[in-house]
Amino acid sequence: MSLLDVKDLRVEFSVADGTVTAVNDLNFSLNQGETLGIVGESGSGKSQTVFSIMGLLAKNGQTHGSAKFEGREILNLSEKEMNKVRAQQIAMIFQDPMTSLNPYMKISEQLCEVLQLHKGMSHNEAMEESIHMLDAVKIPEARKRINMYPHEFSGGMRQRVMIAMALLCRPKLLIADEPTTALDVTIQAQIMTLLNELKSEFNTAIIMITHDLGVVAGSCDKVLVMYAGRTMEYGKVDDIFYHPSHPYTEGLLKSIPRLDSEGDELPTIAGNPPNMLHLPKGCPFQDRCPRVMDICRGDAPVLQPFSGDRLRACFSDHRSW
Amino acid sequence: MSEEKKLLLDVQDLKVHFAIPSTSPWPWAKPSMLKAVDGVSLKLYEGETLGVVGESGCGKSTFARAVIGLNHVTSGHIMWLGEDLTQLPPHELREKRKEIQMIFQDPLASLNPRMTVGDIIAEPLKTFYPEYSRQEVKHKVKKMMDRVGLLPNVINRYPHEFSGGQCQRIGIARALILEPKLVICDEPVSALDVSIQAQVINLLKELQQEMGLSLIFIAHDLSIVKHISDRVLVMYLGNEVELATDTELFNNPLHPYTKALMSAVPIPDPKIERNKKIQLLEGDLPSPLNPPSGCVFRTRCPIADADCAQQSPELKGIHSHYAACFKC
Repeated sequence: MSLLDVKDLRVEFSVADGTVTAVNDLNFSLNQGETLGIVGESGSGKSQTVFSIMGLLAKNGQTHGSAKFEGREILNLSEKEMNKVRAQQIAMIFQDPMTSLNPYMKISEQLCEVLQLHKGMSHNEAMEESIHMLDAVKIPEARKRINMYPHEFSGGMRQRVMIAMALLCRPKLLIADEPTTALDVTIQAQIMTLLNELKSEFNTAIIMITHDLGVVAGSCDKVLVMYAGRTMEYGKVDDIFYHPSHPYTEGLLKSIPRLDSEGDELPTIAGNPPNMLHLPKGCPFQDRCPRVMDICRGDAPVLQPFSGDRLRACFSDHRSW
Repeated sequence: MSEEKKLLLDVQDLKVHFAIPSTSPWPWAKPSMLKAVDGVSLKLYEGETLGVVGESGCGKSTFARAVIGLNHVTSGHIMWLGEDLTQLPPHELREKRKEIQMIFQDPLASLNPRMTVGDIIAEPLKTFYPEYSRQEVKHKVKKMMDRVGLLPNVINRYPHEFSGGQCQRIGIARALILEPKLVICDEPVSALDVSIQAQVINLLKELQQEMGLSLIFIAHDLSIVKHISDRVLVMYLGNEVELATDTELFNNPLHPYTKALMSAVPIPDPKIERNKKIQLLEGDLPSPLNPPSGCVFRTRCPIADADCAQQSPELKGIHSHYAACFKC
């Protein structure tokens, strides 16, 4: 049995102009100790996917479908039940480490709170465990720094505190929503190395949401490529990077300038992402797709198995590429 | 290669220091000095692209803003075609602004939300050439919009109706309508999605060739800088660390900071990424209010020793590849 099994996940928001389907029939599963990368442009629904799993959607949002964590349905749980799942089973780290820490509370209080609430530890026990965890995320002089406020830490250190906080209850799944986007490259390298080390130490599964394909290449086992709320392609990281089978993945991979190659003109994906309120009929990528056919404007392509254990949603014949 | 070309900009020992009010309870306590840019010298030739890279807080934006006159200059000279911009009276400096324009990071924040696209792009023209008739202005604006890939029928729309990539195109049109010689791009694509980044970079390169522009391209993303630049300057804590041609720097980095920076950039290739040995830098950027003595990089440098704390290294080198390090 897989750790997390998401079936036909659908997230809808009712807004003044109608209904926006931010996530459309998403399917994926994740095993213990595995890392799944979700990539896509802003507005493609990658954050809303994990927000819905964590029960963190905005008030006008609605979730349909199913998400089973160790066989148990966790979508649309009551707030009280969900609170037991959060932190203990699934923990999350966010993009901006400053806004996700409470500026009025010392790091020690914010860390101990988690353990006292979820594990019923005494303050002293919680303190020792927190210091231990800060050591594990390599914060120097943890015993001294635990009594500081978030503003006294740098961006990279704050993200380490966030990771420590997320791992306190030893969750089986860690969701990282753009964990290094706000950080410099040298700090990003530190954090990614740390996450990879912790993953093998605690045997945690990770869902890594990012728009940086380089980060995905370095840390993920499986990749889910999203566009306009739909899965375009889903498979093993090597398959996706070396043999992309969807025009969007192909375009995305080609359009990033690489440090290890020369080149003059960058190939681009023409046009802009579609307006989520007025999605075109059929495949959402049709207006930007270089391989668009008449059939693409009819029905949206369904996600189908394609060469081995890979899934893709596209009508084009890949053998003719 | 660039030696025969015309020298546009010659920055000599530029320093930009900011006074930070002291936290001491005594009102007579001296403010401490934040050395945002501390002695940068470089030359820029016609038609060339100079990339400036470094982590946040290294002074790359302050440097660019000082060149265009948005920050005061503490000391040093900015020679623009033989004239020192730091010594010019304000009305003459204003004339020079025609020749140096800037593109900003946040495409939406740098456009006035109450002005239409047409007005935004026309504003520089109206300011510098008040003698132009309305027809002339409109004609030029439409021509420029066409050049940057904006449809002429959007001329009366407002910035909020556009996506990030299109807003950046408006920003580019506004900067180029005066036909400047130098355009300073301060992180022009960092706020954009990957697929849109490539569009904007290609557009900038195209326009550069068409109009013979020089660019100062500031970014923290080394892969993008590598793609667009002829020469690259690496900065660290307000100091120049390494200056070399694009191919030289990326094939043969000399300074330990440049090496670490380059090994930290993730490459979208799973096999390379898995087997890569990242040269991790310990710790964070030191506070620019209290920089380390001697070489500013020595606190995080893997090869620093006692000598590095004594003196700060000068930028030296051969064949247009310069590095500021005692050890290389």
